[in-house]
Amino acid sequence: MKAPPFDYHRPASLDEALGLLAGQPDARILAGGQSLVPMLNMRLAAPATLIDINRVDGLDRIEEGADRVTLGAMVRQRALEASPVVRRRLPLLAEAVAQIGHPVTRNRGTVGGSLCHLDPAAEIPAAALALDARLVAASARGTRRLAMEEFALGMMTTGLEPDEMLVAVELAAWPEGHGAGFAEFARRPGDFAMASAAALVALDGAGRVDAVRLVLGAVAATPLRVTEAEAMLMGRTPDTTLIAEAAALAGPCVTLEDPQAPLWYRARLATAMAKRALTAAVGRADRKRVAA
Amino acid sequence: MTGDPRAISMTVNGREVTLTVEPRVSLADALRQDLGLTGTHVGCEHGVCGSCTVLVDGTAVRSCLLFAVQAEGTAVETVEGLARGSALHPLQEAFRRHHALQCGFCTPGVLMTLVELLRADPCPTEAAVRDALSGNLCRCTGYQPIVAAALDAATVLAAEAAP
Amino acid sequence: MTATVMTATLGTRVPRIEDPALLRGAGRFVDDLRLPGTLHAAFVRSPYAHARVLGIDTADARALPGVAAVLTAADLTPLLTDLRLPIAFPEGQLPPEVMPFALVRDEALHVGEPVVIVVASSRRVAEDAAERVVVEYEPLPAVTDPRAALDAGAERACSTADGNLFKRFRVAFGEVDAAFAGAHAVVAERFRLHRGGGSPMETRGVVARHCSESGELTVWSSTQMPHELRHTLAERLSLPEDRVRVVTPDVGGGFGTKYLVYPEEVAVAAAARALDATVKWIEDRQEHFVSAIQERDQHWSVEMALDGDGRLLAVRGTLVHDQGAYAPHSVNVPFNSATSLPGPYALPAYDMDVAVVRTNLVPVIPVRGAGYPQGCFVMERLMDRAAERLGLDRAEIRRRNLIRPDQMPYPTPMRTRAGAPIAYDSGDYPACQAMGLEAIGYDGFGARQAAARAAGRHIGLGIAHAVKGTGRGPFESGLVRVMPDGRVSVYTGALAMGQGLKTALAQIAADTLGVPVERVDVIAGDTGFVSLGHGGYASRQTVTAGSSVLMAARAVREKALAVASGLLEAAAADLVIRDGMVEVDGVPGMAVPLARIAGMLRGLPGYAFPDGVSAGLEAVEHARFDQLAYANAFHACEVEVDVETGGVRILRYVAVTDCGRRINPLIVDGQVTGGIVHGIGNALLEEFRHDEQGQPLTTTFADYLLPTAHDAPPIELLYRESPSPLNPLGVKGAGEVGVIPVTAAVVSAVEDALAPFGARFAEAPLSPVRILETLLQTGLRTGPRNGEGGTP
Ligand code: FES
Ligand code: FES
Repeated sequence: MKAPPFDYHRPASLDEALGLLAGQPDARILAGGQSLVPMLNMRLAAPATLIDINRVDGLDRIEEGADRVTLGAMVRQRALEASPVVRRRLPLLAEAVAQIGHPVTRNRGTVGGSLCHLDPAAEIPAAALALDARLVAASARGTRRLAMEEFALGMMTTGLEPDEMLVAVELAAWPEGHGAGFAEFARRPGDFAMASAAALVALDGAGRVDAVRLVLGAVAATPLRVTEAEAMLMGRTPDTTLIAEAAALAGPCVTLEDPQAPLWYRARLATAMAKRALTAAVGRADRKRVAA
Repeated sequence: MTGDPRAISMTVNGREVTLTVEPRVSLADALRQDLGLTGTHVGCEHGVCGSCTVLVDGTAVRSCLLFAVQAEGTAVETVEGLARGSALHPLQEAFRRHHALQCGFCTPGVLMTLVELLRADPCPTEAAVRDALSGNLCRCTGYQPIVAAALDAATVLAAEAAP
Repeated sequence: MTATVMTATLGTRVPRIEDPALLRGAGRFVDDLRLPGTLHAAFVRSPYAHARVLGIDTADARALPGVAAVLTAADLTPLLTDLRLPIAFPEGQLPPEVMPFALVRDEALHVGEPVVIVVASSRRVAEDAAERVVVEYEPLPAVTDPRAALDAGAERACSTADGNLFKRFRVAFGEVDAAFAGAHAVVAERFRLHRGGGSPMETRGVVARHCSESGELTVWSSTQMPHELRHTLAERLSLPEDRVRVVTPDVGGGFGTKYLVYPEEVAVAAAARALDATVKWIEDRQEHFVSAIQERDQHWSVEMALDGDGRLLAVRGTLVHDQGAYAPHSVNVPFNSATSLPGPYALPAYDMDVAVVRTNLVPVIPVRGAGYPQGCFVMERLMDRAAERLGLDRAEIRRRNLIRPDQMPYPTPMRTRAGAPIAYDSGDYPACQAMGLEAIGYDGFGARQAAARAAGRHIGLGIAHAVKGTGRGPFESGLVRVMPDGRVSVYTGALAMGQGLKTALAQIAADTLGVPVERVDVIAGDTGFVSLGHGGYASRQTVTAGSSVLMAARAVREKALAVASGLLEAAAADLVIRDGMVEVDGVPGMAVPLARIAGMLRGLPGYAFPDGVSAGLEAVEHARFDQLAYANAFHACEVEVDVETGGVRILRYVAVTDCGRRINPLIVDGQVTGGIVHGIGNALLEEFRHDEQGQPLTTTFADYLLPTAHDAPPIELLYRESPSPLNPLGVKGAGEVGVIPVTAAVVSAVEDALAPFGARFAEAPLSPVRILETLLQTGLRTGPRNGEGGTP
């Protein structure tokens, strides 16, 4: 199992990378390589050219803004885990990332790689949807921003044009005191999830749900927001019964199935994971301090 | 022609090396075949078994998922660089004491994974050790002795580091 | 023989002599060999489970720069006495057609079967060329279900065979029908065990070097059977056996997977000879998933008869064994499964009808446990069923049926394939059970379980016994030689593949000869040093090679003492050997080093030679073994089941092992622990899956799930030592007994955890989806029965 031959380019700047991408019809971007290289080694992919963006300057920054945190496409998953900014402002992502693969694969795996590979079971796309991600796509023609709904078009299919490259993702930082929970079930820790759920909850001074997000992973071609569950929770006190009722709405959303995880099974898992994620998020959320 | 070989240099176990490889050659294959450093093993070539784990600029990586050309200019550490001359590294000693290796095929990758862990976290919990090891498959040992060896080595290394 | 004290190291936790090189990355595995001028091979493999080969076009591949040869079955035919591999195990009286060809000739019988070998300047180029080989296939219907394969009118897995039945046989004794007629209770169940494998971390690999100048073929192979490989290659390539040398380098695990002469080994050797070159083939992991042997796929339908006290009266049933496309080891796996079923229990009557069936799947030969885990699973599950039926405690019903220590040696009415009686040599099964129950806290578990259930947690406890025949003969070679520098070399046809064999043999030689372990070198699995050998399988090596080395070392010692007695003018009885010196006991200074004696026994041309001894300070022995030494184990584990996901976590694991005397307890711990974790894979994770066309669905380590550090629970190891009376060391093999009861114990524990739901399990591995499916079918919708436990 040796990769087929390819031409290799290692641009140092974004402009150089975008220039190469514009000029090469059959090129693939090589980021962390944790998904692409196995496919090359198994000869399931045979691009003529690889554009290695590991040394492109400036793609590995984590920038904290007032209500958004911007992650460069080449931020390593391990760096996310370690980042105080991510822990503080994006606790959902911090929890999700710790469940990706293993420490050694997270050392190389990147934010952008995970988003562009768009495996239905991947953690980062699910967290990104919950965090209202804006995806920054660049090409020699310019830069544009895509919402997650425009980016995640289908099973492992992004809305990027062939000459475009994902350079960053801007994630909504929820206000301090919100609670986050990410739960997933896999055969072994580190395997691709058979179902996952990401939940964000903010409570008001009375302990009622003020804002909420519930996203499922590994249940459909792309991550899925369960708006009915969110609507059910809004304005109400999230006790065990309400959480269970809301989580039960996750099951019917499931459309993905395979012999290892038939529909009925994934549906039960989705409900269970939704319940766990919501329970964790609610438990971690503070009641909003009422201004004196 | 597509994929013509190119010359690259890197530091391997502190030694500057230059080699000429096709871009498609993995770092694992380059270490093993071009540099004769056969301590790094290849068990799957699809990034799951962890046998090929080496350190690149101090970070543990799967060398089957990194092309050698990508390692240009980096400092690579392999199992061959671990021992201190004729003395084994404390982690290696602990592996021997605890019988943390049987066939020894997974061992180099396991050692390098743990080297990274112990540098970052000199007093890891058992859970942290198991988590670090979770990406290394070992068919022989049942892992328990590896975990014990890692915790024991941490104690030895901590004592060494104490003033 | 004279004074010999078994001293120093036997029975102690000596660190392994294998370790330093392996820890430094200085091991020498087959892929580490870098011989000048090596060419590299890749195989074109059948993409169909069953297909006729209509034509092969290799022109494009041959045209690729760097390609040395592209060989098909037609090209290999003139190079080999027979393209088909020979039957190594003839006792099943199977026809030659049960064996594969070195390369597929007319008909591919499983996905992954090698069709063409490509030899090139590098593996990369060989793979590039392999992609250019065009094979025209006519797909044929694939047989993938061994039960359906037996139906009249079923498609044939091999078009030239009469049917799909390799063989049908019975293992039977006692008055079965009468027992069932008079039974107080009968429990019956169907069981299914799915495919799993050895999955060593090092794949297979072979390097073959042919030198026309010397007429020698040297082969380095990651094999468990070097002598058999040499014999096969010599015969098929028409070379004298002494022109063929097979060397086993460090082997990165075998677990049965490498105990076979494979088609690729013959093809690579033939290519090396044809090219008069060195050819290397290292199997990649995806090839491994479709071409290295597998095991464990069986369907059982069994019933058990008991009296009112829960005593066994009889067991009968049928076993359909999926043998895959070929039967290279005859019927040994299903035979072992059927004969191992009674296990540690006194069973008065038994009748098992076994059908060994051909399918279009990867062939089956023994994997760690060799068919025993299946027999054990069936028997132990039935024991649980019987306990429930009769309202008896699970441990109590076992205790009532265990063979008692005063019945040892216990001859069962069964015979081995070779016709020898199956007789358990020693052991105290009830004592092992008592130890294990105590350690897991069996008596207090009911209260713990009730408390957990009240808190909505589902914990369960499972137990299982195992008995394993070890030390398979007929013999193993052991050559012990004191070198002129005083170091001791030990050579054996047994095979080191990670188990610490070299250390164990070094300990035996060192203690017998009075030298430190560090001064012993062990060379295992090199046909250039010992002419006979059987390799590594069936937990045999410490027993067989250990005994031969012990006997050879004793002979060397005798010789050394005889010579020293002359030199020191002392009676041999007054001599001792310490630290490599033969000394007159109690007379300091009166000593002669072994090295000097070794030098003298080399002889000098024309000079006198010591009287009464033969040349060379060395001896070779082939200790003979007609009977197996039976190791046994009792396992108990505690699990927790998540009833929302079907996930299982093993909380605690206790293993009581009796493998006789332990030469090195450190190594035995390692064997048992590794076996248990392999067993956890069998119980919960590992499953080779395929679709109805026989297309494998598990071709990466992301699909075929090996246990990781997260899946391995805390394991407590306990031992009893019942020395085997069958060998001078009192040892029994420890390599497999650890794996055998695990599936039974874990599944029993899962079932116990879910008892409030009435869930029953009769298969393995137990996937989360299967667990939840069962819960849904039984009680989950309505919640647990009797208000026990918590609803999810
Ligand atoms: S060889 Fe690299 S992870 Fe298995
Ligand atoms: S020691 Fe053999 S695979 Fe780990």
